[in-house]
Amino acid sequence: MKDILPEVDAWRSAGNQVAIATVVKVEGSAPRPVGATMAVSSAGDLAGSVSGGCVETAVFEEAQEVLRTGQPKLIRYGITDEMAWDVGLACGGTIEVFVEPVTE
Amino acid sequence: MTGLAPSRVEIQARLEQALAERVPVAVATVVRGGQVGAKLLILPEETLGGLGDATLDTAVQSDVPELLARERSETRPYDVAGHDEPVEVFIETFPPPPTLLIFGAVHVAQPLSRFAKALGFDVVVSDARAKLATRERFPDADRIIQGWPDETLDQVEILPNTYVAILSHDPKFDEPALVGTLATPAAYIGAIGSRSTNEDRRRRLAEAGMSPEQIARIRAPIGLDIGAATPEEMAISILGEIIALRRGRSGGSLTFATGRIRGEGDPTVGDRDPTAVYRNHAVGDGEGAAAAR
Repeated sequence: MKDILPEVDAWRSAGNQVAIATVVKVEGSAPRPVGATMAVSSAGDLAGSVSGGCVETAVFEEAQEVLRTGQPKLIRYGITDEMAWDVGLACGGTIEVFVEPVTE
Repeated sequence: MTGLAPSRVEIQARLEQALAERVPVAVATVVRGGQVGAKLLILPEETLGGLGDATLDTAVQSDVPELLARERSETRPYDVAGHDEPVEVFIETFPPPPTLLIFGAVHVAQPLSRFAKALGFDVVVSDARAKLATRERFPDADRIIQGWPDETLDQVEILPNTYVAILSHDPKFDEPALVGTLATPAAYIGAIGSRSTNEDRRRRLAEAGMSPEQIARIRAPIGLDIGAATPEEMAISILGEIIALRRGRSGGSLTFATGRIRGEGDPTVGDRDPTAVYRNHAVGDGEGAAAAR
């Protein structure tokens, strides 16, 4: 999370809401390890990553939803999942991403 | 936890303060079952927040030292009274950053300092030569010490997460730096120099009374074998060796390796992995020492 703190602080100082998505579990091969984070602002900014680009767009949408509802959310991505956005990991693993608002 | 629960913003602020102070810290978050989103910040002497159950807080707190020591973050299941399914808690640890201590404010030390900062190291540069140990030459360094190795070693605490690169090319700097750091728990001690320089150096250290085990801790010639020619390439070679050591890898090309491509341990290297010798500071047999170069 340390790598995205400058952006998180800057966006919050600018008056935006921020959600942080964190890889909390990895099964099999995955492009980024447990602890990898991505931050999203209510203004549409994005920093960091939770995969090699495979699911960032989907996580961005989930993060906007989390900012609207204020409710954190655990999302599972893998090649076997049936998902609304038709996204998954090319490398065959499964990851769990926890998305939560920093601002309240 | 009684009273008003601290907000996520308060926990975030306290976390950032701990990171700035280089205090080992962890944040636990309920991610499944239980009170999803509840957070507990765990500092060495205090906690902030709560996971919705006092016994869960205690159980999580007691798992933190081991995760911090292994530099791991993990989601773990906990059985909690009143929940049929285990409550899953993500424990994110923030071990203090490693330190790179560079003896010799030489040309190679400049890109080494810059790249090491980008990798998250705290960088200390030491040299007795006032013309070399300057802020202009090392804008990224956390600390510049103008002094001899023994003076530097009096000012810098060398911990098991300290990495030492000895680059001065001059025995009157190199050898006191080597002798001084070999007496510490430093994770890595690398020294620049040709093979013949290193033969001479090892011989002199042996004559000075250093044991073969101590001398075998020295990584020399320093760096991975990537044919580094420029100062920048040498910096990459040295940092490559340090990263491999931190992760318990040998540093070859993944094309020719099997097993996991990330994280700790390399099943293809096994017991003879020279890095294992350094990780444990327990150089045993001649074979280990030879494998370490």
